[in-house]
Amino acid sequence: MSKVTQDIGATVHPDRLDPAYDYPGYVATHLRAPKRPLRSLPEGLTEIAGPVFGEGLVGPLDHDLTRQGSGEPIGERLIVHGRVSDSAGRPVANQLVEIWQANAAGRYAHTVDRHQAPLDPNFSGAGRCLTTSSGSYRFITIRPGEYPWSNHDNAWRPAHIHFSVFGRSFSSRLVTQMYFPGDPLLEYDPMFQSIRDRRAAGRLVAKFDLDATQRDWALAYRFDVVLGGDGATPIETIGEERG
Amino acid sequence: MSRGEVATPSQTSGPFLSIGTEWNARGQMVDPSTPGAVTISGRVFDGAGAPVIDALLEIWQADPAGRFPPATASSWTGFGRTLTDRSGAYRICTLKPGALPLAGGGVEAPHLDVSIFARGLLQRLVTRIYFSDDAEVESDPLLSSLSEAEVRASLIARRGASGYHHDLWLQGDKETAFFVP
Repeated sequence: MSKVTQDIGATVHPDRLDPAYDYPGYVATHLRAPKRPLRSLPEGLTEIAGPVFGEGLVGPLDHDLTRQGSGEPIGERLIVHGRVSDSAGRPVANQLVEIWQANAAGRYAHTVDRHQAPLDPNFSGAGRCLTTSSGSYRFITIRPGEYPWSNHDNAWRPAHIHFSVFGRSFSSRLVTQMYFPGDPLLEYDPMFQSIRDRRAAGRLVAKFDLDATQRDWALAYRFDVVLGGDGATPIETIGEERG
Repeated sequence: MSRGEVATPSQTSGPFLSIGTEWNARGQMVDPSTPGAVTISGRVFDGAGAPVIDALLEIWQADPAGRFPPATASSWTGFGRTLTDRSGAYRICTLKPGALPLAGGGVEAPHLDVSIFARGLLQRLVTRIYFSDDAEVESDPLLSSLSEAEVRASLIARRGASGYHHDLWLQGDKETAFFVP
């Protein structure tokens, strides 16, 4: 067994430091966070299995968010790349990575987004790719804008890109957000602040990557993703550390 | 002893998750005309009983023979997803999974593993869906470990005239049983 049942919000995988469901600073949790204690799921065949995504699933340009319209989107072109690995450092190969984001003005191409900022007809904000055999992925996009939201008075989200990442098992499935280094809004953002552990929060901040920039064309950021929950870390280590 | 690297923590999918996921969120793990295809449908509610209109449900399951990729036919990934609509409703079309053998003997009743992503969920919710007309439900070790009848019932889809019905309650008196992700 590699999981332990604890009260809601507690860290349950030894290598995972996920936020609590019930985080008062993020208002939308109030009616959506479960109140009963979570139960332990046995590690049966369903939990250790994962989907296998075929080569034909994504198109050759699905990773390039700047080539989806009839022209180029407005904004600062960026290369966002990295590596997906498990907590033992092994690459997670041939798995699906999806991103979605606001445009350069901080507006999503979504009917629910009412922010008074222009839409960009050349930017859908969606991309996807499969990791390579070494676990690497690469997107070309534009820098997303910050935007206001209604969580609290004068609330603004830091610039971010949503990431959806699949691992080798059901247990390693992750949806998260990538942030940019030095963003002054991180200090005020309840979503980012919901992660109490500084090392874990640091995982969500991409690193500026001068070596990966493309001269006269685009800056680059590196965002490595470490998936927990693959059974790579035995539970016994917790007892040893406590002992 | 090293605990390995700190894993990347979860963040909410936010309200705009359909932008990135709707391209393969048709809720059809098989075409509805496939022999043996069943539908599972219902609605997702919050703690005030309001429909959750911006959720993504993801299904992981065995095939009817109890197999997973890569042992399955190439068209079967074991994975499907769907977005809730403006009434909080979802619908999945799939083949019922087989019962799964347990290492210590016995079987797990046929089930789907379900992840729920939505605005307001800082990490996914995890639950299972069992089927009311499977004999193995009575002896399933996970269901048997749940002492309260209503908690067990919150994991079992009910067979109806046009498929299975199963509502999901994120919070409140009818709260669905959720598991450690």
